[in-house]
Formats: sequence, C-alpha cells, structure tokens
Amino acid sequence: MVVLTAAEAITYPAVGAELDIEGVSHAFDIDGAVLPVLDNVSLSIAPGEFVALLGPSGCGKSTLLRLVAGLEKPRAGSLREDEARITGPHPSRVVVFQDPTLFPWRTVWDNVALGLEAQGILKAQRHRVDEVIELVGLSSFRNAYPHQLSGGMAQRVALARALVNDPKILVLDEPLGKLDSLTRIAMQSELVALWQRKGFTTLLVTHDVEEALVLANRVIVLSDRPARIKADIAVARPYPRHRGDPYLAELRKQILGLLGLEATW
Amino acid sequence: MSTYSVSDTAAAAPRATVTFADLSGSYGVGLAASLAWLAFGLSCLYWPDVGDWSRTGSLGIGAIVIAAFILFGTLSADYLGSAGQALRKRAPWLVAFGAVVTLWEVATAKFAWLPLPFFPPPQAILEVYTDDLPKLLDSVLASIKLQLGGYIIGATVGFVTGVSIGWSQRIGYWVHPVLRFIGPLPATAWLPIAFFTFPSSWSASTFLIALATGFPVTVLTWSGVASVSSAYYDVARTLGAKPSFLVLKVAIPAALPHVFVGLFMGLGSSFAVLVVAEMIGVKAGLGWYLQWAQGWAAYSNMYAALIVMSLLCSGAITLLFRTRDRLLVWQKGVVKW
Ligand SMILES: Nc1ncnc2c1ncn2[C@@H]1O[C@H](COP(=O)(O)OP(=O)(O)OP(=O)(O)O)[C@@H](O)[C@H]1O
Ligand SMILES: [Mg+2]
Repeated sequence: MVVLTAAEAITYPAVGAELDIEGVSHAFDIDGAVLPVLDNVSLSIAPGEFVALLGPSGCGKSTLLRLVAGLEKPRAGSLREDEARITGPHPSRVVVFQDPTLFPWRTVWDNVALGLEAQGILKAQRHRVDEVIELVGLSSFRNAYPHQLSGGMAQRVALARALVNDPKILVLDEPLGKLDSLTRIAMQSELVALWQRKGFTTLLVTHDVEEALVLANRVIVLSDRPARIKADIAVARPYPRHRGDPYLAELRKQILGLLGLEATW
Repeated sequence: MSTYSVSDTAAAAPRATVTFADLSGSYGVGLAASLAWLAFGLSCLYWPDVGDWSRTGSLGIGAIVIAAFILFGTLSADYLGSAGQALRKRAPWLVAFGAVVTLWEVATAKFAWLPLPFFPPPQAILEVYTDDLPKLLDSVLASIKLQLGGYIIGATVGFVTGVSIGWSQRIGYWVHPVLRFIGPLPATAWLPIAFFTFPSSWSASTFLIALATGFPVTVLTWSGVASVSSAYYDVARTLGAKPSFLVLKVAIPAALPHVFVGLFMGLGSSFAVLVVAEMIGVKAGLGWYLQWAQGWAAYSNMYAALIVMSLLCSGAITLLFRTRDRLLVWQKGVVKW
C-alpha cells in the first residue's frame, strides 16, 4: 500500500481556495440572554484540502458554516477566502445545508439550475445541469417535484445544486445524514472521487466519526458549546481508504475518547 | 378506438342486453332522469296555462327532446367515451333538476299554487331569454367589461403593494397604517363620494371594484411574502442570487398560494360592489337590468338576470381555480385542496 506523502497530496488541480478562520467568536441573543456559540476558533485550511468537523450536537458547527458562507458576520475575529475578507455570500463558496431546502415549486432540474440562473449564466451552461443530475443518479427524476422525492434523493439534489456552480470551497453540513447506509457509502466514494477530480476545498460537518476518517485529510474535533477546537488530527492515508484499516481504527478510538465516548468503544 | 383490452370487452359484453339488475344500477338513474324530463315536458303540454305565455309549447317540446337525449345517452353511455361517463356521473342531478322544474311548472303555470306575478313559470323566463336577448346581452357585456377592468387593476395594484410591503420595511412603515385604516371599510361605503368625485360613474365603479379587490390581495400577498422561510433566501444567496432574483424567483413563487386566496376573496367582494354600483350609478350591466326589471315589476326578467349573473360569477371562480391549478401544480401532494 502506498502511503501518501505531502508532495503527492498537492498534485490535485489547485482550483480550491484557501480558507482562514482567525479568532472567530460568535453568540446569539435568546430572550435577552447571550448564548455564546463559538469561542475563539482559529483554523487554516489549505487549497484543495478536505477538512471534517466533528462535535457534539448543538455545539455550533452549523453556525461556523454559516459564517464561512458569509450568511452571518462573526461577533469577533475574521474569515478570509484567499486572503480576501468574507463579507457576504458568494457562489465560490457553496453550502449544502443540513436540510435539503429544495424549492417546492421547482422541479429537480430547475432546483439544480438555481445557481446558474441566479448568476445569469444558465443559457450557456444548460448541459452542466444535466451532467450533475446524472452524477447524483437522478436523471429519471429531473422533472419530479421535491415532494415526490425520498429524503435521500432530496439530499442528493441539494448536493447537485451545489456542485453545478463549480465552487472553490464546498461547505457540507451533514449532507449524507439522511441516506441509508448503502447509498451513504456509495455517495462517500462519489464525493471523494469528485473532490479529487475537481480539487475544491471541502469543509464537512458530520456526526459520524468513521465518515470523517474515510473522507477527510484532517479531522477537527470541537468541544461542547461554546465550541472550541479540541483537536486537529491529520489523517495521512491514501484514497480509497478501507474501513477496516487499523490506522483509522486507532484514530477512531482516539476521537471517540475526545468526544467523551471511550466507554462505548 | 383501435385497441380493446380484455377487461373492456368483458365488461361490455353483459351490457349488450339490459338486465333487470342494470335497471336499478347505472341505467336506472339515467332512465329516471329521462322520465323526470319527460314528465316536465308533458306537464307543460297537458294542462292549459293559467296565464298568457307564448313559449309553453316550445318549452314542453324542448323538455321532451332533452328526455330523449338523456335516454339515448344512458343506453349508449359505454360507447360515448368521456361524454357518456360525464352523463352517468350527473344523472342523479338530472333527476333532481327535472323533478324540481316539473314541480315548479305545475305549481306556477298550471295551478297557480304560488302567487303569480312574483313566481313566474319556467316558460316566462324562457320568454325573457328569447324576446329580451339583445338587452340582456348588452347588460352581460357591460358587467363583464366593468368587472374585468376593475378586478385586473385591483389585483395588480394589490399584488405589487403586497410584495413591496412584504419585502421592504421602509415601504411597509408608510403603507401599513393606511391599509389598517382604509382596508376594513366596505368599498360600498365610498359609493356616494366616488360618484361625485370621479369624472364618470364608470370610472368611479372601476375604482370601487379595484378597491374591493385590492385590499384582500394586498394583505394576503404581504403575509405570503412575509412568511417565506429564510432558509430559501439563504440557499439562493449562497448560490449568488441578487435581490431582484430573491424577490422574483423566491419570494413571489413561495407566496403565490397566499396570493390566490387573496384573489378569491377579492373576486367575491368585488362582485358585491359591481352589482351595487350598477344599481346605483352606472346605467348598464346586470345590476342595472335587475333594478330596471324591478321598476317595471318584470319579475321574470329579474329571475332571468339572476340566473345569468350566477352563471357568470361561478364561471369567473371556476376560471380562477383553473388558473391556480395550472400555476400551482407543485402544490398537489403538498397540501390537500
Ligand atoms: N438563529 C439562531 N438564533 C438563536 N440561537 C441559535 C440560532 N442558530 C443557532 N442557535 C443556537 O446555537 C447553538 C449552536 O447551533 P448549531 O446549529 O450551530 O449547532 P450544530 O453544532 O450544528 O448542531 P447539530 O449537530 O445538532 O446540527 C444551538 O444551541 C442553537 O440553539
Ligand atoms: Mg447543525
């Protein structure tokens, strides 16, 4: 088995952007009380890197992703994409949200075409919509409405809707959470293949330690709310990875320990 | 038809001869309907009229022709495709309708059980449709013109206002109080003022109909736009949507089901305004026709006009339903209509 070295790791086409999160803190006001959610989070992600975020439910993972997307401004600290400060949403950073949030009045095809339509480039790029629908295996459903899809299919449409924009940074909030385990494994390999081919920077939130280890170059473990970075673990293993790999099993044990679950291992 | 399936022929075969069981089933109702209309026709022709009506004979013959059609349609329903199915579905209604007109005929024209000038017989109403047709048609056209103009203006203005205040807080700041103050006022309350401030009674009525339509459309469009989930906006914004896209392609489609509720409500209240405006100010239209008929104690004309009016109103509602069904196909399966 070939062990991936640092030199090989950057042979992917570098269309991905660099993402710098610097001393970011965030809080929400609930009923007059301040709820701190992120506490001085600093993270630097290299172009084309695949980073997984792990953390307990409600610790602030989705909030961090909203900040990266530019949908909200942090209360302290700064976020930068390729040295440029993130001040608002931009189609170079596309988010697949925890809920698929497909537009119920649009067919699958029209949902996927949304980004191209919003940027006014749909006319010239219609074939790309067909391609990504094909990619997520929903060609025969292109004219279906979202309420006619299963939860997993809807999630795949949401993924296609993000991919069609050729993002530099792909932000994924538990995109495979609703899939059955077989489709899930298939989609994981699809995701890795896609990422290797396109070379975008990926930030993935997941609840599944194994998924993080199979997919990511780096796994970031967050603490309970307010989220702080507890550990930053490099996963130096080539792709495709094997679930039974003892190296990954060892890491998994470590991470579960960090999440306070060593007893279950 | 070029292909027959096994089940088609199997189902059709026993129907070739009408059995007694069939009489009580799908054929029975159709035959009863035919009989009811035959009874109506015969009741017209058999007894002499107590008054002087010129269309009794033609009405009787017409009813018998209808009875014959129902009979023919019932017996050959299996070979008439969708028309045959439609007839079968409506047969119970045809029975009831035939029975009611027979009763009406007997109770008015034949034995005068109901006080006469106020309850004209069917042939008197038929007489209005044949002898007073030009005037009635003019009234129908005038009503449609007035209603359509006012409704389109009101719906458009209401929709644009609703979207604006649902979207922009600054516009909302100015429009909300006005809406709250003026909106609940019945549009007819403006009648006296409108008729002397507007240059013509026609423009005044158009304004009032637009007002009656505009208020519900505004309020419902506004609440529709305001209740669009922010998750939709988040998705669109991360995909590079500009504000105009957010309004036109996110807010408006999401709010459309609400808008249609407003359009339905506006249609109802604008009908009321239309009739009152025509009765009081505009010297044309079905409302005016009603008023005129009342002045001449022409009761059959009033009934005739009422029937036309109800056909027009229900036709307009049906049209709106069709439009909604077409625009909101995606809602099928999401909500129960
Ligand atoms: N818009 C908001 N207003 C107020 N509080 C919020 C808002 N969004 C999130 N929160 C709070 O911030 C905390 C973190 O939420 P977040 O959605 O980031 O959690 P998460 O880590 O993604 O959890 P999960 O894994 O369950 O999705 C929660 O306690 C939540 O109540
Ligand atoms: Mg979350």
